[in-house]
Amino acid sequence: MSPKPLLDLICPAGSLPALKAAVDHGADGVYLGLKDNTNARNFAGLNFDEKALAEGIRYAQGKKKKVLMALNTYPQPATLPRWHQAVDKAATLGVDAVILADPGLMAYARKTHPDLRLHLSVQGSATNYEAIEFYRDRFGIQRAVLPRVLSLAQVENVIDNTSVEIELFGFGGLCVMVEGRCLLSSYACGDSPNTFGACSPGHAVRWQQTPKGMETRLNGILIDRYADDEKAGYPTLCKGRFEVEGETYYALEEPTSLNSLEMLPEMHRLGVAAIKIEGRQRSPAYVAQVTQVWRAAIDAVKQAPDAFAAKAAWTAQLVKVSEGSMHTLGAYYRPWK
Amino acid sequence: MKLSLGPLLYYWSREDTLAFYEAAANWPVDIVYLGETVCSRRHLLRLPDWLELADRLAAAGKEVVLSSLPLIESESDLKALRKLVGNGRHLVEANDFGAVRLCAKAGVAFVAGPTLNVYNPETLAMLAGMGAIRWVPPVEMTHAMLKAMPIPTGMATELFSYGRLPLAYSARCFTARRYNLQKDDCQFKCLEHPEGLTLYTREEQPFLAMNGIQTQSARIYTLAHRVRELADAGVEVLRLSPQYRNMAAVVDHYRAALAGAAADPAGLRKYMYADPCDGYWLGKAGADFLPDKAV
Repeated sequence: MSPKPLLDLICPAGSLPALKAAVDHGADGVYLGLKDNTNARNFAGLNFDEKALAEGIRYAQGKKKKVLMALNTYPQPATLPRWHQAVDKAATLGVDAVILADPGLMAYARKTHPDLRLHLSVQGSATNYEAIEFYRDRFGIQRAVLPRVLSLAQVENVIDNTSVEIELFGFGGLCVMVEGRCLLSSYACGDSPNTFGACSPGHAVRWQQTPKGMETRLNGILIDRYADDEKAGYPTLCKGRFEVEGETYYALEEPTSLNSLEMLPEMHRLGVAAIKIEGRQRSPAYVAQVTQVWRAAIDAVKQAPDAFAAKAAWTAQLVKVSEGSMHTLGAYYRPWK
Repeated sequence: MKLSLGPLLYYWSREDTLAFYEAAANWPVDIVYLGETVCSRRHLLRLPDWLELADRLAAAGKEVVLSSLPLIESESDLKALRKLVGNGRHLVEANDFGAVRLCAKAGVAFVAGPTLNVYNPETLAMLAGMGAIRWVPPVEMTHAMLKAMPIPTGMATELFSYGRLPLAYSARCFTARRYNLQKDDCQFKCLEHPEGLTLYTREEQPFLAMNGIQTQSARIYTLAHRVRELADAGVEVLRLSPQYRNMAAVVDHYRAALAGAAADPAGLRKYMYADPCDGYWLGKAGADFLPDKAV
C-alpha cells in the first residue's frame, strides 16, 4: 500500500485547458465532471465530454497526476441510468477515483466496479466521524471531503476517529451553508445543487440597470442593488444584501472567498490528506495562478512546518483572483460562526 | 392518511413549549416528533425533559418519535446522539448518516429524516434494509419524483406538508449575526423570534426566515388543498411543522381536508402569519403558490 497522502493539492478543472494549467503548475490531482447534471457545477460551457475526458486523463496520468471525477448530485428515479452510465464511463476510462454523494450510487459503484476508488463528496454533508464511518462500513470509501462548517479542532476530532483520508477546502468560493443541505436555490428558482447540479443558475439570473442602481435578480427576486461606485457581483443568493428588522446588510454572508493559507501548518500537523481548491467555473488563468501559489505554500510547509509563514506575495496574488476581493478563514476560525 | 406534528424548529420558552405539547396531546394528530433539530446550544429542554414529554404523549395515544440533530459537529453532539438512539422506549428520526449508523448498530427501527437526501429507490431500499420503517423525502420533493419512486414493502412515506420550509443549515448562526453576536455568546436571541426572523428583499418582499443556524422560507408551505394528489403519490403521513400561534386550527383544517372537505386555501390563510407556497410539489420554484394548478 502506498503511504497515506499528506496535503495533496487537488485543483479544479472545468475544461481541458484548465486541467492542463493545473497539472503544469503543480497540482497533485484535478477534479472534473461531465457536461450534464451528474455533477454540482452544471453550467453551460463547462466540463468534459468523453473525448476531452479521455485526453485529460491521458495528460494528467502521463505526468503521474490523479484525475478525480465528481458525480456528486443526487440521481432521481427517472434518470438513474444516466448516473450509472457516468460511473461506468469513469471506471472504463480509468479515472483514479469518483467523488460521490448519494449512497445508492455508491452501492452501484461498489457492486459494479469493486476496484474503483470512492471519495465522499462534500455534497454528502458528512460533518462527523460516525457519518464518515457509515460510508466506509457500507461502501469502503477511502476519502471524505468535509463541508466548510467545522473548526480545525473539530476537524482534528474527525481525523482522530476514522481511517478515511480527510480532504479540506483550502481556497475559493465559500458556501456558507452545509453543502448538500441547502435548498435556497430551488426555493427561489426551482433548481438546486442536489438535483440540478447548480446554485443560482445562469438561466434564472437577470442584470438590470435602473435609476436606483444596477440590480441583480434570481428568477425575479431582487438579490442585490449596487450604487454606481460599487462593483456588481453574481447574484449567488446567500451573498446578497437583504433587510432584516429595517436594517439592510449581508444578512447571510458577504461576497467573500475562503483562504486558509495561514492554517497550512495546522492542517499539516493534523494529517489532512488533501487540500481542495474551489473553482471549476473559473478560467485556466485562475487555475494556473492559484495552483502555483498553493504548490509553493504546501512545499514550504512540508519542508519546514514550524517556520512557515504565508508570504505577502502569495496572499496578494490570491486576493487578485478572489470573489469580491475579500478573504475569510470561514468556519475553520471559530468566531466566524 | 395520518397527521404528524413535526419537530419544533424554533426556540420557545420552556413554559411555552410545555404548554404547546400539553395542548397537542388533545389534537387529532397521530404522531408527534420531539427533540431539538436546529442548534445544540438550545437547552431549555434536555433529553430527560423530552423523554418525560414523550411518555406523556405516548400515554395520550400518540406515536412518539425523537428527532436527531441534522448538523452534528462535535464530540458532545455525538454523545447526545448516542443517548437519543439508546433511549430504549421511543423511535428515533435519523437526520444524519451518523445517526443511521448508530441506529443500525443498535438494531433499532428508525424514521429516515428529510435531511438524509433520499432522492432515489436505491438509497431508499438501502435504508429499508438498515431498519427504516418510514422516510421523509427532502422538502423539495415533487409529485412527479415521488410518484416514480418504488416504495419498499413495510416503508411508509411522510411528507413535509405545512410550515415554513427548513431550507438550509450552516455552521454560522444568522440570528446571532443579526445582533453582531458570536454564536458561542448568542444570548439565545432565538427566544425573541418564536416564528423565525423574516428576511426581506430590498423591495420589501418577504423572502427567507432566519432561525439560528437554519434558514427557512418566509412563506409557509401548504398542501392541504392537494390531499388527493398526495394520496395518489403514496404519501401516508402529512407532517405539520409547529407554529407559535393557531396550530390547533391548522391541525383541524388538515384533519377536515383528510375527511374530504373542499380545498379552502383562503380559509387556512386566516391561521397563517405569512403567505402560502406550494411550488415544490409542482416541480416549480418552492416559493410559487399555484393553488389552482393540478400536478
